[in-house]
Amino acid sequence: MDNYGNEIEDIEVNLVIDAIFQSYGYDFKNYFRASFTRRLRNFKVLNNFNHISDIIPFILYDSGNFNKLLNAISVTVTEMFRDPFIYKYIREKVIPYLNTYPTINIWVAGCATGEEAYSIAILLKEENILDKVNIYATDINTNSLDIAKEGVYSSEEMKLSTRNYQRSGANRSFSEYYHTNYGNSILNKELREKIIFNQHNLVSDASFNEMHFIICRNVLIYFNKKLQNRVIGLFNDSLIHNGFLCLGTKEDIRYSDYAEKFIVKGREERIFQKKQQDVEL
Amino acid sequence: MSNYKAIVIGASLGGFDVILKIIAPLPKNFSIPIVIVQHLSPDHIIGDKYNLLNTRFKLNAKEAELFEILKAGNVYFAPAGYHLLIEKNRSFSLNVDEKVMYSRPAIDVLFETAAEAFGNSLIGIILTGANRDGTNGIIKIKEFGGLTIAQDPKTALSPEMVESAIDSGKIDHILTPTEIYNFIMQFADAKN
Ligand SMILES: C[S@@+](CC[C@H](N)C(=O)[O-])C[C@H]1O[C@@H](n2cnc3c(N)ncnc32)[C@H](O)[C@@H]1O
Repeated sequence: MDNYGNEIEDIEVNLVIDAIFQSYGYDFKNYFRASFTRRLRNFKVLNNFNHISDIIPFILYDSGNFNKLLNAISVTVTEMFRDPFIYKYIREKVIPYLNTYPTINIWVAGCATGEEAYSIAILLKEENILDKVNIYATDINTNSLDIAKEGVYSSEEMKLSTRNYQRSGANRSFSEYYHTNYGNSILNKELREKIIFNQHNLVSDASFNEMHFIICRNVLIYFNKKLQNRVIGLFNDSLIHNGFLCLGTKEDIRYSDYAEKFIVKGREERIFQKKQQDVEL
Repeated sequence: MSNYKAIVIGASLGGFDVILKIIAPLPKNFSIPIVIVQHLSPDHIIGDKYNLLNTRFKLNAKEAELFEILKAGNVYFAPAGYHLLIEKNRSFSLNVDEKVMYSRPAIDVLFETAAEAFGNSLIGIILTGANRDGTNGIIKIKEFGGLTIAQDPKTALSPEMVESAIDSGKIDHILTPTEIYNFIMQFADAKN
């Protein structure tokens, strides 16, 4: 087959990935190449570099620069109540089940700037079970986590959030959950204090607790099959039997070695329930 | 006869009818896979769209899925709200990166990655639309040796998108929808 594309740039991308891995331990080898390359190109342009390989000395000699790169290559695009129909499903089908447990651990993996975790917290509050829930929200991007902890969002964003919220089967007023000041909205203290935000790398870090419900949406799409398999394995290990997993609407457990370990509950919602016992094949 | 391995199409305002006009008459055994980014509002109901298209197409209309390898006989559409990319191994990937040219999916993202994956065996077609998405993609397709077509602006409901592409100087052919159909038919070995 012909070899198209910019072969030199391809080599440079490999070298950057290697430099990051050797000096900082983050492994981007198994991220989808086309998306990752686009982000490196953006970072190159942003810093007025001629070549992607110019990124290498820039990050090797200054960990502050590496942090800039890390934050630039992770995508932070998110929304509250993104895909409202999945929240409706969680409200109606998942929460009543979770409610049968005395305490509940929920993990929002790849939480970006926190919107998804807060959406879940609001849902739990409305179903009156927030008190017995621990919500862990993690991401690789520490800048995003700092924003998440603040719980402050633009009023512009709140408009979209309100619209999504209303479509999620909610019957309260979204404005109950925040206060607006100088064009910014801060979420209620109760919500902000509820969520434990921490850095966690899905590529290399281990499970940190037994979970009843894991939400990881629009993160796996950035990973190739091999890495998706690792991460779904990690979720499988972390979930209790009968625990729930929610992925993004274009993601699936189907391509992993763990497909047999789960029952598909909501096809469109991508909500899966871990089976009672490991099935012997 | 043809060495074209993929056709990418970008369409925005008014694009649906033009897509129908070009794609509907293509035969079932058309030998080149087709990939389309059509700007849609994220609230658009997807299921209905494919049912509708499949009553009109001889080819199979479907949403492009993660990992899927491009195959002849299919007309792939980018899912609403996601950028659609083509990897070097000619399979699809998706992302929810920032909008490009105010759009997600963006025509530029599909065209640029397709150019890198298919080089000179790619045909890029830009259709009616009221923005400038696709122009950078067209430039990249040309840079990698592919063939570029723009819908004749006189036939476009909204000519801005094609005019922007034409202004780049990187369009090989300016054609009406019927001419686009005839043009791509000549490259497709639709006999077996
Ligand atoms: C597109 S956002 C998804 C945000 C949110 N879950 C949603 O669906 O709206 C992807 C997130 O995945 C995070 N991410 C990427 N690689 C990661 C990794 N190896 N470990 C943990 N998080 C990662 C990024 O930092 C980013 O915040």
